[in-house]
Amino acid sequence: MGAGHGHKLHFHGHSPVHRAPAHLKVLALLAFAVVVVATPRDAYALFAAYAVLLGVVIGVSRVPPTYLLKRTVVELPFVVFAVLLPFVATGPQTEVLGIGVSQHGLEAGIALLVKGTLGVLASLTLAATTEPQDLLVGLERLRVPQQLVQIMAFMVRYLDVVGGEMQRMRVARESRGFSARDPRHWPVLARSAGALFIRSYERGERVHLAMLSRGYTGRMPAEDSRPGVSGP
Amino acid sequence: MHVPDGFLDAPTSAATGAVAVAVVGVALVKARRELDDRTAPMAGLVAAFIFAVQMLNFPVGAGTSGHLIGGALAAVLVGPWTGVLCVSVVLLVQALLFADGGITALGTNIVLMAITTVLVGWVVFRLLQLVLPKRLSLTPAQAGVGAFVSVPLAASVFVVLYALGGTADIPFDTLLTAMFGVHTLIGIGEGVITGLAVGAIIAVRPDLVYGARPVLVQRELVIKKSVVG
Repeated sequence: MGAGHGHKLHFHGHSPVHRAPAHLKVLALLAFAVVVVATPRDAYALFAAYAVLLGVVIGVSRVPPTYLLKRTVVELPFVVFAVLLPFVATGPQTEVLGIGVSQHGLEAGIALLVKGTLGVLASLTLAATTEPQDLLVGLERLRVPQQLVQIMAFMVRYLDVVGGEMQRMRVARESRGFSARDPRHWPVLARSAGALFIRSYERGERVHLAMLSRGYTGRMPAEDSRPGVSGP
Repeated sequence: MHVPDGFLDAPTSAATGAVAVAVVGVALVKARRELDDRTAPMAGLVAAFIFAVQMLNFPVGAGTSGHLIGGALAAVLVGPWTGVLCVSVVLLVQALLFADGGITALGTNIVLMAITTVLVGWVVFRLLQLVLPKRLSLTPAQAGVGAFVSVPLAASVFVVLYALGGTADIPFDTLLTAMFGVHTLIGIGEGVITGLAVGAIIAVRPDLVYGARPVLVQRELVIKKSVVG
């Protein structure tokens, strides 16, 4: 299988943010998110400062802001929750556009939106500027257990393979005239999921045997030089 | 549905983070017993499978659709500890490479979706397996019930966490009723699909299903007389 570089969110580039060591970026993201979460919810000036800081990092990274903004849709379910908050929370009431809403709910909803969006944008920036392979090396430097990093490495490496397999199953189903519309079609989809599991599991067994035949002893060889990674 | 940053306050996030680290640590040791030196490639591929299956949409009707969480499915297919590891790695990858779920909420997400659903699904599954007759044909239904129970329970754990460290004062019982109700419905889907998927795998490769092994060893090789004559 081809090298596992590049994933859906990665935006190729050579900016200082792209080149920064991955473990520092993960630590920076964690620190940023912790500070954002711990900030009292009415400190709007501070949130503005965080947004500016994040904006500067994104600017330096040369990743187009629209590229990131488009991908903030992952937080959509919680936007719905945040919008509902003023109407379901209790406490003193206040008026917005002539509608009575809970004061605490309104503040909490806004804070949730602000904190959530800052967090998602910061995570997106990490994902857009870091190759999965660098991220794994970074996590290893952060003393994440070797075993966990290895599992993650295999997952990242075979994500597209397994995903592609699922995609081909979908094409095969649809080319036979199948389209899932309601729960009556669940058995077909569930059988696809079952077949996908068997294929993934058997692939895992083959990968393991192939590794054993190349001298695998349960530890990966130290990976400091990565030839061929600087591809186009 | 991954919890984003800022949904729970910092102390609660830190506490769930500590719980997640401890349980994943235990799972790392125990999974080696389930998989020995195959752990890394096998768990990695199963994690990729869980990630893919979460993208498989199941239409509910009227244009809406849902997808599996896959915790109970993982528990029955590869064993509870490997299951915890796989789903945790999926959540870690989603947080770091797909910006799905906040990094400060990673512990919370692991506690809810990797630990609660996997372990609850497994315990319910095992209890049913011990109580009911040991028949392979019952395994998919038992897995389905485990998956069904795991979803509203995970939602309840979320409500408890929200009561402890939530950022808005929603009455506890209102939130619990709403979350429990909605997730019971979601749990039905999760249960039915998990049961169907486990059934499909058992029909082809029953030896791959970790949860079916105690039932499988009791089978004997039967040589039937040929009916062709």
